[in-house]
Amino acid sequence: MSILIFIDHIDGHIKKASLEAISYGVAIAAQSGDTAEGIVLGSPEDLAGLGKYGLKKIHQVQSDHLKSFDSQVYTKVLGQVVEQTRATTIIFSNNAIGKSIAPRLAVRLKAGLISGAVALPDTSDGFLVKKNVFSGKAFANVSVTSAIKVVLLNLNAYAIKETGGIAEVVPFNATVETPKITVTGSTKTSGKVSLAEADVVVSAGRGLKGPENWQMVENLASELDAALACSRPVADAHWRPHTEHVGQTGVAIAPNLYIAVGISGAIQHLAGVNRSKVIVVINKDAEAPFFKAADYGIVGDAFEIVPKMVEAVKKMKGK
Amino acid sequence: MKILVCISKTPDTTAKIAFTDNNTKFAEAGVQWIINPYDEWYALVRAIELKEADTATTIHIISVGSADVEPIIRKALALGGDEAIRVNANPADSYFVAAQIAEVARQDAYDLIFTGKETIDYNNGAVGGMLAEMLDLPYIALATNFKMNGGNVTVKREIEGGEETVEVALPVVVSCQKGMAEARIPNMRGIMAARTKPLKVVEPVPVESLTKIAAFGLPPAKAGVKLVSADNVEELVRLLHEEARVI
Ligand SMILES: Cc1cc2nc3c(=O)[nH]c(=O)nc-3n(C[C@H](O)[C@H](O)[C@H](O)COP(=O)(O)OP(=O)(O)OC[C@H]3O[C@@H](n4cnc5c(N)ncnc54)[C@H](O)[C@@H]3O)c2cc1C
Ligand SMILES: Nc1ncnc2c1ncn2[C@@H]1O[C@H](COP(=O)(O)O)[C@@H](O)[C@H]1O
Repeated sequence: MSILIFIDHIDGHIKKASLEAISYGVAIAAQSGDTAEGIVLGSPEDLAGLGKYGLKKIHQVQSDHLKSFDSQVYTKVLGQVVEQTRATTIIFSNNAIGKSIAPRLAVRLKAGLISGAVALPDTSDGFLVKKNVFSGKAFANVSVTSAIKVVLLNLNAYAIKETGGIAEVVPFNATVETPKITVTGSTKTSGKVSLAEADVVVSAGRGLKGPENWQMVENLASELDAALACSRPVADAHWRPHTEHVGQTGVAIAPNLYIAVGISGAIQHLAGVNRSKVIVVINKDAEAPFFKAADYGIVGDAFEIVPKMVEAVKKMKGK
Repeated sequence: MKILVCISKTPDTTAKIAFTDNNTKFAEAGVQWIINPYDEWYALVRAIELKEADTATTIHIISVGSADVEPIIRKALALGGDEAIRVNANPADSYFVAAQIAEVARQDAYDLIFTGKETIDYNNGAVGGMLAEMLDLPYIALATNFKMNGGNVTVKREIEGGEETVEVALPVVVSCQKGMAEARIPNMRGIMAARTKPLKVVEPVPVESLTKIAAFGLPPAKAGVKLVSADNVEELVRLLHEEARVI
């Protein structure tokens, strides 16, 4: 029996989310006395190095048919790996690729799916996992009744742990179908930090008055190696791309630090950001509801405070 | 072309989140119910736009739920759906819901099945992928743009740190999110017409759900905000560095 962890990669790099998923899967294996094994489709860099997170073995499937991502093709390959490894729990990151494959694989294996797990399963009596519901406004403990379980682990929900070691990478000979989905183009915001994975997020709202005023927010984000986000009306007005819209109907995030500038803190906005570990609010209105959800705040004009903050961060880093 | 749009009933986005029965049930008292925003704003409205561009298109709405989902089904018909199907069952989990929709979908030749990205109450984002697997169809998750292209479709989807354009032949299952369409509101003519549009109720097929919510909980309340003077921005940075240790 084993715990199988799906290892995700983009442009040859293994995502931070996958390291979290590996650490999580290794911890489950330690808890149940099973072994944790990785599965990778394609050929990212430095697979053996993933051993330092506690993985002993990584199954690798290589095929030209895996270059265009088609969940149907990927799922069939994973089904073969699960069968051969007799995996009982399969872990994915709750990101775009995980969300596309995990539900399919769950059906294929007739396995219960936990989507958005935020803690290790409690296996003292069955298999009980804590997950977010109501866009982070609450959580639920969900029990899985099937023999096989599929878990989608939320990003930034489980800390990466290094235990040391080297993983053995073994080729897996799978039947890989021709994809029906063809990728014809992509736009990547590469180089910049991805919003869902970012440790620090700097976000701004309608208080900034217009898209021409974003430079100071970008400066702050760049000083902090942060990703940028915005409130919904800002994306609706096309001041910023819709991929930056956070909240109940946008991206849900859980960074270590969320800095909200000129955002009132409407309930729908909070729903997507309230799992952030530390929230900083900058708003000229002391009555803005966001202050109730914040850890630190400054009441004042963003146009004065943000540039000062950029300077203060520079100074702090200079020390 | 025939489109099936899957809609779910969710509490209004401003609803107070509380639980009853020893934290095993969502407290429904006083809650306003809406069509899950992703299903209405993006899946349904995009389907309506496709119908406006090609009048030979029909839109079927499906919802798995008891009779209390009928108001949201009527709203979907008022917006522009042609016919609706309600599977008369409690939506136990995503697997159960997907199996019910799959059963209905098998009886009709749908070219396109739209779901929302996820429901805003249980945030599973699973029904679309499960349905695609049950029907052995391609699945495009997290679509932000959708265009017909003969018998093919061109779709933009979210990927890690960007977007990707893909092409696939119909039939296909697509989960929809922001970017797909602009929200609209039903007009009086639509509301009147919706009253007489067919709403068929079908009984569920026997399917076992694979998961069960044992209990709900609320996150611990925040300790309260620490305010720093606007003249002392450096102090905020110091606190974030030394006290919170997040930068
Ligand atoms: C069904 C539904 C779903 C929704 N989903 C989302 C969602 O996912 N995400 C989301 O964000 N919203 C969502 N909304 C919208 C939400 O209700 C609010 O309207 C929105 O979040 C407000 O955005 P804002 O804070 O940028 O703007 P406002 O509410 O206009 O707030 C602007 C703030 O800026 C402050 N300000 C102004 N000038 C300055 C200055 N010079 N310096 C500092 N502060 C200043 C003001 O005091 C004010 O607090 C949703 C709404 C509905 C109905
Ligand atoms: N009870 C239901 N009836 C019909 N469609 C549903 C139901 N529940 C979920 N869906 C659809 O599946 C999508 C994803 O739901 P979920 O997997 O529950 O997050 C939703 O956006 C809807 O389009």
